[in-house]
Amino acid sequence: MTEVLLEVEKLKKYFPITGGVLGKKTGDVKAVDDISFFVNKGETLGLVGESGCGKSTTGRMLMRLIEPTEGKVVFDGKELTSLSESDMRKIRKDVQMVFQDPFASLNPRHTVEKILEEPLIVHGIGNKQERRRKVREMLEVVGLSSYHAKRYPHQFSGGQRQRIGIARALMTKPKLIIADEPVSALDVSIQSQVLNLLEDLQNEFGLTYIFIAHDLGVVKHISDRVGVMYLGRLVEITTSSQLYEKPLHPYTQALLGAVPIPDPTVKVNREILTGDLPSPANPPKGCAFHTRCKACMEICQTDRPVLEEIEPGHYAACHLYKK
Amino acid sequence: MQAPVLDVKKLKTSFFSDDGEIPAVDDISFSVKKGEILGIVGESGCGKSVTSLSIMKLVPQPPGKIVSGEILLNGENLVPVSERRMRQIRGNEIAMIFQEPMTSLNPLFKIGEQLIEAIKIHKKGNKKEFEKQAVDMLKLVGLPRAEGIMNEYPHQLSGGMRQRVMIAMALSCGPKLLIADEPTTALDVTIQAQILALMKSLNEKLDTSIVMITHDLGVVADICQRVIVMYAGKVVEEASVLDIFKNPKHPYTMGLLQSVPDIRNKQDRLYSIPGNVPKPGSITTGCRFAARCEFVHDRCLADDPPLYAVEEAGHHTVRCFLHDTGGNGHHD
Repeated sequence: MTEVLLEVEKLKKYFPITGGVLGKKTGDVKAVDDISFFVNKGETLGLVGESGCGKSTTGRMLMRLIEPTEGKVVFDGKELTSLSESDMRKIRKDVQMVFQDPFASLNPRHTVEKILEEPLIVHGIGNKQERRRKVREMLEVVGLSSYHAKRYPHQFSGGQRQRIGIARALMTKPKLIIADEPVSALDVSIQSQVLNLLEDLQNEFGLTYIFIAHDLGVVKHISDRVGVMYLGRLVEITTSSQLYEKPLHPYTQALLGAVPIPDPTVKVNREILTGDLPSPANPPKGCAFHTRCKACMEICQTDRPVLEEIEPGHYAACHLYKK
Repeated sequence: MQAPVLDVKKLKTSFFSDDGEIPAVDDISFSVKKGEILGIVGESGCGKSVTSLSIMKLVPQPPGKIVSGEILLNGENLVPVSERRMRQIRGNEIAMIFQEPMTSLNPLFKIGEQLIEAIKIHKKGNKKEFEKQAVDMLKLVGLPRAEGIMNEYPHQLSGGMRQRVMIAMALSCGPKLLIADEPTTALDVTIQAQILALMKSLNEKLDTSIVMITHDLGVVADICQRVIVMYAGKVVEEASVLDIFKNPKHPYTMGLLQSVPDIRNKQDRLYSIPGNVPKPGSITTGCRFAARCEFVHDRCLADDPPLYAVEEAGHHTVRCFLHDTGGNGHHD
C-alpha cells in the first residue's frame, strides 16, 4: 500500500497588482490558481511547464516560503498552512529545497563546512564535533571529498556547487526534497552526473522528490509521475510513461511535440503552437489554453474544465474527455 | 566546387591576463558553404562563443586578441581589416543574433527606430523607404500587426517576439551569413519550436548561410546540416549531422550524446562523463579530453592528437588517436 506523504488541496496564490498614487489594488496575478495533487512516499513527482506557469511558486508555497492565498498543504498528516512560524521551522527539517542557481544559493563568504553545518545548528542537532563529522560524511555521500570542507563556494565548479546544495538539503535527513530546476544551469555532461546522484540518494535514504523543471527529457527520466502546468493550473497529471506515450491534454501534446529530438533521422511532423502565453494577470475565460488550442470548442471559452480522472491514475482538465 | 561563404583557417584567439596567455579558441578551422546551416556544439568554456565573436571581430580587446589565423569571408580576410571596413561588413555581410533578446534591444527606443537605424547605416534611401522595408522585415519573420509593433517598445513584446525582431534586424540588410549564438536558449520549448521553424524557412527562402551555436543537441539535430563539436578550445569532431548522431567517433561526442535524457525512451541510468569541464588554458599537453576519457592511453597524455579523417567520402574528421590508421592525420 502506498502512503501519501504530501497532499495539496485547492492551492492558490494571487499576487496583488497595485497602481495609482495610493497603491490601490487593481487586480491579481493568478500565479497559482486552484491546484490539487498528492505525492506518495518514495516517489518522484515532476512538475513541468513553461516560464510563468506557476511551478516554482507552487514549490515555494509547499515550504511556505511564499504564503498561499488559499488552500491546504498536508504533509505527513499535518496541515501546514495554519502552523505558526516556529512550528513551520520545525517542519522544514523534514522538507528541504534545492535551488536552481548554484552560484547564487550558496553564501560566498562561508566555507562549505559552515554552509552545511548551518541547518544542523538551526535545528539544534548534535554538538560541534558531531556536526563537523556529519558534514564530512555528507560531502563523501554527494561525491565530494572531506578536504573540500574548508573551501569557499567560488573554488568549485557549477556541478560541484550543485552537489553542495544537495548536501545542504540532506543534512537534516529530510523526508521530502523540493528541487526547483536543479540541473538547468549545468552543462549536459554535468547534468547527467547530478541526475544520477539524485537517484542514488533517493534509493539510499528513501527520499521523496518534487522535481520542478522545464526540460521534458530530464523530467521524464527522473519522475515516476508528472504534472503539467499551464498558466497557474494543473492541466494533466499521470505516470511518466503514460504522459509521454499517451498525452491527453492538447497542451501536453503540443509541449511534447515541441521538444527537439536529438536524432536527425526522426522527422517529426510538428504542430507548432501559435501565439504566446497569455498574461496570468488577465487569463482567458474558461479553459486558460483555449486561445492557442487547436481543438477548442464553444464550451472551452466559457467553462473552466476541472481536473478529472479520465483513465485510472490519469487526470486531465479538458472538455474533450468529458463523459 | 563552390567557394565557401566563410572559411576559418587555423584561428587562434587568446585572452591575456596577469597569469599569461589563455587560448580560448586554439587553432580551429572550418568552413560554411552557401545556404548551409552549420552547428557548433560544446559546453560552457569550450570556445564556441569566442569563435563567433572572433568572426564578427567583436572580441573585447584588450584582454582578448586574435593571435593568428585567417577568417575568409567570400575570400576577404577579416583579421587585418580596419574597424571602418569591419563596420560595413557587419550587418551587410555577416549579422549576428544573441541569446538574450531582452538585453540586445535598447529599451529606450521603439522597435521601428531600432530597425530603421540598422537599415539606414547600410543602405541609401529616404525615410519612407526605410520604414516600408522595416515593416516588410517584421512581416517576413512572422510578426502579427507589423505596423503596430513599429511603434512599440521592447518591453511590450514577449521573449519570442523580441527574438523575431532581432532576427528581422539581423536580416534587414540581406547578409550572406547569419551567426546565431544560442538564439533559443532563453525561450520556452513551444516558442523555441517557432523560432527554429522560422530560421529554417528563412534559410530556404533567402539562402542565407547560418552558423548555429548551441549546447542543445536536439536543436542541432533539428536544424543543422553539418556539425562541429568543440571541447576546450579545439574542434574534436566534424561531420554531417547524420554521422555525428549515428556514427560518432570521438569519446567526448559519444559521451555527450549518451548523457542527454531521451524523451522517447526511458533509460535506467544516464551515462555520465566523469569529471568537470576544464577551465580554458588549464590543459597544455596531450589531448584536452584525456582526463575524462575512458579510452585514455599513454599517447593521449603526451601528445596532442591531430584531426584524423574517418571516411574519405563523407568528410568526417576526429581529433583522437583511436582513429589513427597511419597516414590519415591532417596536421592542422
